[in-house]
Amino acid sequence: MSIHPLDPVQALERMMLIRAYEETLIDLHGRGRAAGTCTSVGQEAAAVGVVSALTADDLILTNHRSAGHLLARGADPGRMLAEVMGKRDGYCGGKSGSLHISAKDLGVVLTSTIVGGELALATGVGLSRRMLGKPGIVACFFGDGAATEGRFQESLNLAAVWTLPILYVCENNQWQAFVHRKETMLADGIAGHAAALGVESAVVDGNDPLAMFDAASAAIDSIRRTGKPFLLEAMTYRLRGHFEPDDQAYVDRTELSHWRDRDPILCLRTRLEREGRLDAEGIAAIESRVRATMEAATAFADASPYPGLDALTTDVYA
Amino acid sequence: MTTMTVNDAISAALAEEMQRDPTVMIFGEGVATKRRDLLERFGATRVRNTPLAEGIIAGTAAGAAATGLRPVVDLLFAPFLCYAMDEIVNSAGKLRYISGGQFSFPMVVLAMTGAGWGVGAQHNHNVESWFVHSPGLKIVMPSTPADFKGLMKSAIRDDNPVLVFADIALGYSAGEVPEEADAIPLGKAAVRREGRDVTLVSYAKTVGTCMAAADTLAGAGIDAEVIDLRSLKPLDEDAILRSVAKTGRLVVVHEASRLCGVGAEIAALVAEKAFASLRAPVLRLTGPDAPAPASFPLEQAFVPQADAIVAAVRSQMGG
Ligand SMILES: Cc1ncc(C[n+]2csc(CCOP(=O)(O)OP(=O)(O)O)c2C)c(N)n1
Repeated sequence: MSIHPLDPVQALERMMLIRAYEETLIDLHGRGRAAGTCTSVGQEAAAVGVVSALTADDLILTNHRSAGHLLARGADPGRMLAEVMGKRDGYCGGKSGSLHISAKDLGVVLTSTIVGGELALATGVGLSRRMLGKPGIVACFFGDGAATEGRFQESLNLAAVWTLPILYVCENNQWQAFVHRKETMLADGIAGHAAALGVESAVVDGNDPLAMFDAASAAIDSIRRTGKPFLLEAMTYRLRGHFEPDDQAYVDRTELSHWRDRDPILCLRTRLEREGRLDAEGIAAIESRVRATMEAATAFADASPYPGLDALTTDVYA
Repeated sequence: MTTMTVNDAISAALAEEMQRDPTVMIFGEGVATKRRDLLERFGATRVRNTPLAEGIIAGTAAGAAATGLRPVVDLLFAPFLCYAMDEIVNSAGKLRYISGGQFSFPMVVLAMTGAGWGVGAQHNHNVESWFVHSPGLKIVMPSTPADFKGLMKSAIRDDNPVLVFADIALGYSAGEVPEEADAIPLGKAAVRREGRDVTLVSYAKTVGTCMAAADTLAGAGIDAEVIDLRSLKPLDEDAILRSVAKTGRLVVVHEASRLCGVGAEIAALVAEKAFASLRAPVLRLTGPDAPAPASFPLEQAFVPQADAIVAAVRSQMGG
């Protein structure tokens, strides 16, 4: 299966779409039209870099901060907004809300908002790939907070012992809800834990989509070659609060401004401008496309009806 | 007909279903060691030992079930389900609904439960109603080898997560199993004995206790009907209501504790839907609100006994 090289201009556009989607959601929430959400603002590079390295055969498991992963996979922002607004045309018929959207036709399965739940399920998805002889690998996204849970060790250990084709992607955004990572772990990151379990790992600049793409491609190569799982740790930062609205009053201003300077969208855009690959006109064109997409998405979600009340008890049992 | 134990019936059901469907597999702590026949017949990819980590065992089953396999996991003793509760309740039970029906979870969780081995409270706890109370799950708790075989087969074929609780004391009990035993549908109770005067509703090992009590009662001219629920969810409400409509008296017997137990549900069901048929208050005989003791006499006292059932029925009959 060949891997598509990542076009940085397209990557930028996808990252800007993710940002615009989440800003739309924050705005809708502010106007009482949608429930609060966990955004991935600041983490768009990791999502776009890794997901772009996957093929259509690969499956994705993710967590409560999933919008970037879904949109990077090509999810329709209108159906995502509809889901968050509890509408019938949402990916899960409005039964998921923002926290656990899954989309089977995109290979986005089993999105869990029980922190660490996706780590527990990933081994099973990897096992079914192996046993059924399916070609794809499984990409499992989780946070540094999830890595402090026992399931992290259980999952990597079993995946290593059973040689399951799983790409573990830890988005180390330094925060675990309202607790800074440094309060809950002594190690600088979590990649070090992998070695003890016999799992190979790499640490990557999570704010650089090209670095993420390259590292993910190499990791996926290794998984396909050896059959063994691989852990990728993306060093990044959660630029907004845990759950909208959140004034971030508890965040160290110096730390925040350090990372704001490293905003992945800002950095990529500056770099492309400097390299002469994008000018003001090009940026304006992307911005207007993204705006139009989000306007259409909002209109779609607005127009979608709420589910009929009989949906309350459907889909409980197969 | 062949005679086999409950343990053998479970193995036979596993073997037949694994033979029938290549996506059926089993894993757990020591499964490949203890079910050597399955390992030899189906190989190490379909019969696997796991690390000692119930959460990842159950989570792996859920992930595998959602993406094309039909895993059976053996979590050994029911109290260990605490470690797997999240994966069973929050994932397997809920993700079908949360995903708007995109994914199904055809998996089976096996666990041993109940008194009889003196293994004490951390190995012996009847936790079935925790799961009955959780949406998306089905729960079976059979009492005979034939039912274990037939219900295991249905559980494996079912597209929902099914918990199968095996009462420890029944493991080596033997009974007749039809040669070509077919799947027994989930959610259908069995009438173990027909009677006119009182309905005894039970499941798992206390079904046998009810049968013994019914024998004694018969000696005193009291004709007890004994219903074996077999499945706790779906619950065969019709079988219960039909019987109570006939007898007018109900005693529910189970080993799990009383408060919010299955007996409470059945008493409420009868109060709602068959109140007019009742000739006496419904009674429940259950285990106490106490952890299970290890000491043999205490452990026996924990479990409802036949003479207590006889006394309860006599009190209902007015003396
Ligand atoms: C089992 C569990 N405990 C607590 C929570 C509440 N909670 C939701 S998100 C979160 C922080 C998770 O941190 P991390 O795994 O680093 O992911 P991030 O939010 O940073 O992306 C917490 C504690 C939860 N959803 N599940």
